[in-house]
Amino acid sequence: MIRFDNVSKTYPKQNRPALDNVSLEIEKGEFVFLVGSSGSGKSTFLRLCLREERPSTGAVHVLGKDLGKLSNWKVPHMRRQLGTIFQDFRLLPNKTVAQNVGFALEVIGKPRSAIAKVVPEVLDLVGLGGKEDRMPGELSGGEQQRVAIARAFVNRPMLLIADEPTGNLDPQNSVGIMKLLDRINRTGTTVLMATHDQAIVDQMRKRVIELDKGLLVRDQARGVYGYQN
Amino acid sequence: MRIQFVLSEIGIGLRRNLTMTIAVIVSVALSLALAGGSLLVRDQVNSMKGYWYDKVEVSISFCTKFDAAASAQCASGAATDDQVNSVKAALDKMTPLVEKATLETPTEAYKHWKDSNPDNPLLAAVGPEAMPQSWRVKLSDPTKYDVIQSAFAGKPGVKSVDDQRRILENLFGLLNGLQTAAFVIMVLMLFVALLLIVNTVRVSAFSRRRETGIMRLVGASNFYVQMPFIAEAAVSALLGAVMASGLLLLGHFFVQHWLAKRVLFIQFIGLSSVLTVIPLLVVVGMVMAGIAAFFTLRKYLKV
Repeated sequence: MIRFDNVSKTYPKQNRPALDNVSLEIEKGEFVFLVGSSGSGKSTFLRLCLREERPSTGAVHVLGKDLGKLSNWKVPHMRRQLGTIFQDFRLLPNKTVAQNVGFALEVIGKPRSAIAKVVPEVLDLVGLGGKEDRMPGELSGGEQQRVAIARAFVNRPMLLIADEPTGNLDPQNSVGIMKLLDRINRTGTTVLMATHDQAIVDQMRKRVIELDKGLLVRDQARGVYGYQN
Repeated sequence: MRIQFVLSEIGIGLRRNLTMTIAVIVSVALSLALAGGSLLVRDQVNSMKGYWYDKVEVSISFCTKFDAAASAQCASGAATDDQVNSVKAALDKMTPLVEKATLETPTEAYKHWKDSNPDNPLLAAVGPEAMPQSWRVKLSDPTKYDVIQSAFAGKPGVKSVDDQRRILENLFGLLNGLQTAAFVIMVLMLFVALLLIVNTVRVSAFSRRRETGIMRLVGASNFYVQMPFIAEAAVSALLGAVMASGLLLLGHFFVQHWLAKRVLFIQFIGLSSVLTVIPLLVVVGMVMAGIAAFFTLRKYLKV
């Protein structure tokens, strides 16, 4: 699903690489936490997976494609096969919940009839049935993140990338979001989640990848947030 | 891609940036109107050149009895028939440059003068005897006036050798000057219009970075992300081109219904010329705006 082969990334005008010779593989259907302090390279790792950046050296394979060799015009098509959610939800404030989710389908040219059918289904799935016509501003943080997840999942992607999805949420809402992500993972979707949330990582007991100053320092099945053993 | 969705996005974009959009429309309208105007002036000059060069003649005028006092050339009084005929004989030897030479009698000259100056107060005081007789010489190459000038100026009985083209050259010079001025102003206006388009697209891209960010996130194609911006610029340019066309038609109306009645000696170009220029302006305006928007987006809208 995701494979990094000796990947380094150095941004222009920086001496220290943001990511330093990282190699790892994430299999289909896995649930993986990406942890590390700020500046450890988590964001760079995710940006490389989304091909917002290209590696300086090494190769990044996502969904079987070598992203370094993927030409620009093929990038949108590749992004349609994965879902992305962020700490700040990234919803359009002037569109309703249903329109926000439908937007993802409209801009890739799906017919209106298909949108009308799929959007309520996915909103039911994330637990927002009946709130189709609300505006994002009327929803709680947890609900807004559910809208974002609905939008990311509406195309049934093989891979869901989450950048601190619970970073703006209280513990109770965070648990709700994690249950939802877990459920999505159980449908077969691979989930890669960058997080600072120690409680969640400790509780879920999934694979943990830890970065520190760009180096891969830990890759542990059924791990916890901090070092143990 | 769904047309309705795209159109509504374009409408939203244009309204959001209303003041900027108006600035773009007006500057595009002015620059295109000037471009069209300068094209039409060129058409006008060409059609007049064709029309008049075909008609211009070199005239070799002879002395009349009235000229004896006024002009040193004519000190010996009115030209004799011999003098007139010897000039004709010399002209006949100058084929093929001289296509035709016809004698204009004083009576004919008087009639021409009367027809073109019906209100002249001198008309009552002067009779046909005041007008010179002259050879009207049609040249195969109107630019070779000098040959005639050097051959006949100063010959006995010849008062003057005049080239009608001289008079027209002044007029054409004026029109060419106007055309150049319109062209220069057009280039400046076009430059301003382009800068405005670039700036509008930039502001538009910035104010919609949230939408475009999400579009990229969910895998909208580059074309789909950029299209609304390019379409917005093209629609503004279209509106500008429509305004420019209106200005040209207004100008044409003014020429036909006002100027043409006062300036009788010019054959003005017709509506058909204006109608050929208009589609050109529309296409040029839209393509130019679209290209400007496209290149701006390459810089301000990263994939």
